[in-house]
Amino acid sequence: MADVVVEHGRVAGATGARKRTSLHNALKRKSTVAFFLTLPLILLIALLVLYPALFSIHLATLNKSMQKFVGFGNFTFLFKRETFWMVVKQSCIFAITAVIFKALIGFIVAHFVHNIPAKGQRKWRGMLLVPWVIPPAMSTLAWLWLFDPSYSAFNYTLSLFGIGPVNWLGDAAWARFSIILVNVWYGAPFFMIMYLAALKSVPDQLYEAAAIDGANWWQRIWYVTLPMMRNIIAITTLFSLIVTFANFDIVRILTSGGPLDQTQIFATYAFRVGIESSDIPLGASVSLFMVPILAVAAIFILRDVNKRGNEA
Amino acid sequence: MSRKKLTRRQFVAATAMSSAALITAPYVRGAYAAGKLSIGFWDHWVPGANKTSTDLVNEWAAKEKVEVSIDYITSNNKKIELTVAAEAQAKSGHDILQMYTWWPHAYAEQLEPVNDVVEPAIKQNGDVNGTVKYLGQAAGKWLAVPATPGSQIKGPCSRIDLMKKYAGIDVQEMYPAGAPPKADNWTMDTFLKAAEACQKAGFAFGIGLGETTDSVDTAGAIFQSFGAELVNAKGDLTVKTDQVRQALEYYKKLIAFLPPDAPSWDDASNNKWLISGRGALIMNPPSAWAVAKRDAPQVAEQCWTHGFPAGPKGRFAPFLPYFWGLWSFSKNKEAAKSLLAYLSQPSSIEKFVAASGGYDLPAYANMTTLKTWAEEGPPKGTLYHYPNPYNHQTLSIAASPAPPKIAQQIYAQATLTKMALRFAQGEKMETTLAWAEGECEGFMRS
Repeated sequence: MADVVVEHGRVAGATGARKRTSLHNALKRKSTVAFFLTLPLILLIALLVLYPALFSIHLATLNKSMQKFVGFGNFTFLFKRETFWMVVKQSCIFAITAVIFKALIGFIVAHFVHNIPAKGQRKWRGMLLVPWVIPPAMSTLAWLWLFDPSYSAFNYTLSLFGIGPVNWLGDAAWARFSIILVNVWYGAPFFMIMYLAALKSVPDQLYEAAAIDGANWWQRIWYVTLPMMRNIIAITTLFSLIVTFANFDIVRILTSGGPLDQTQIFATYAFRVGIESSDIPLGASVSLFMVPILAVAAIFILRDVNKRGNEA
Repeated sequence: MSRKKLTRRQFVAATAMSSAALITAPYVRGAYAAGKLSIGFWDHWVPGANKTSTDLVNEWAAKEKVEVSIDYITSNNKKIELTVAAEAQAKSGHDILQMYTWWPHAYAEQLEPVNDVVEPAIKQNGDVNGTVKYLGQAAGKWLAVPATPGSQIKGPCSRIDLMKKYAGIDVQEMYPAGAPPKADNWTMDTFLKAAEACQKAGFAFGIGLGETTDSVDTAGAIFQSFGAELVNAKGDLTVKTDQVRQALEYYKKLIAFLPPDAPSWDDASNNKWLISGRGALIMNPPSAWAVAKRDAPQVAEQCWTHGFPAGPKGRFAPFLPYFWGLWSFSKNKEAAKSLLAYLSQPSSIEKFVAASGGYDLPAYANMTTLKTWAEEGPPKGTLYHYPNPYNHQTLSIAASPAPPKIAQQIYAQATLTKMALRFAQGEKMETTLAWAEGECEGFMRS
């Protein structure tokens, strides 16, 4: 119990004395001490997160020249734009598909790594984390060279088998595939390491009991592993969904939203509108549109986490 | 402790004497008597070009006793645009900041008028072209000073051998070094036929259809040569016109002869296309040729930079001027103006052009025949026609003459290339026009 209030049981006397005592007690409370210890971080978050967030809300309520308050005018304008709805659709496709594949690949690879004998496991863990630790702007540049319109290494390899050339970044479907592929490549190690940690915390006795009951590998996963990992799956999914929705670098470097805006997602479109077209309020509105979508996702996912926590 | 009382008479006398001493004393100037100046220049891609800028600034600073600091800011991934946006928001940052094309208008309210710098420069160096006025001036007020570093024309850079062999066009004869162009037959029709011939021979023209500036600039010049404007100078929508239809029909024919991956090209793709020897023509300033000189000399010695083909409404070439902007919140405006005037002197301009190997183009009429362009090679004279010395083409920017704040969005969102690509990919003409009209309506919000 972190919040035990230390009572001295002193009988209330004069008002001044009571005040002094309550202040004294407040300062002695563990929660008060904890608050003061976290205060620097709270202030830092307020400065670097809360202030920009509030400022972007303020920006989203201004007109293009930022001289007039227009309320929800920017949002009603966006709702009438065909391109904006295309961006919403594409962002959802991009984020959901990428997160599903990242989770799936992370789950499978985590199992493989978990089953490697402890001696060689560190090596594999380290190697599999490499995509995640390289700055994405750098690794995406390498991918760009692999997909290069004219000198694609992939196309060269495919041509050896008489296949292609594939228009990786110039065809809408392939361009969408490419940006999702790079995002999955970059993000799957995060899922892998989280799932590996979760797998390691599943007690072996549960598997032994399941084996005695005659459960096959699928039943062990379905009835033991997954229920034990549910919370960590939910949290990682939410975290990844937020990060993937707000992705910028991968799309910006690979396609800049093209061809014909068909790989444009929230962050890249906000940049195009806000910075490149000098319409900062509209750019801020595009970015803020992510908030309700992510808030709904967060409510559903976190509610689920609480429920399971209570069940446990 | 005794205290001497100061009489009124003594006080007046002392004050008068001190004032006289201050006025008559010799003025001693410190090393940085005229204050500080902070400058954000565009980071030039030509090695050594930044040094010339630094040297020029230091020369001026030593003379004027100003302490200067220079940051070279890359335009890669729009870094310089982000800096401009951030400083405009923060109302703090550099005193002088280099900005290109649309930025003077975009930040017009936060820029100090610089008529007192530009007007004398024009008097000294000759008039500036219409695009520089369109982008740098608002209601008779100069928003920024035309900068030589970075300003460029994105005209054709052709392979002499391939054009002669497959298209039957002698580009050196058409644009002879040291002489006026003989390009009457260099029209959009000739261009299309040449594109077809070279594509069939396996050396397609390298023109992008992406959303970056090289693709947009070419589209802009082609649209203008058909008289096609999406929004006119008054701000009226003019998408559904015969001129726009003609431009789209032409583009559709041209796209059939361009590389199939052109929709995903960025500003580096056309350079690579030429340097690798795969293409007979690209639309670019001489940067691709300069890199070829280093990496593929056999390609470089076959390159010839020349004028744009003419369409029914004239011959237009994409011109991208850079500017030096002076923030209204600058703390040392006088010193900044003095520096900008110094950088606009003919001697400074000549140094900029030489340092960039002829890449940088001054905006002024009398400065287009400097010896750098005549001497650069191989082949000698390859850049002679790059600065448009005979004014045989109109220097323009895509999306003009729409009001700059609307045109900037047509440009940044690559509406022209998107229209061309949509139509070429099989969309109905009227659907493409309706889409473009909707987009332009959106760009008109204030």
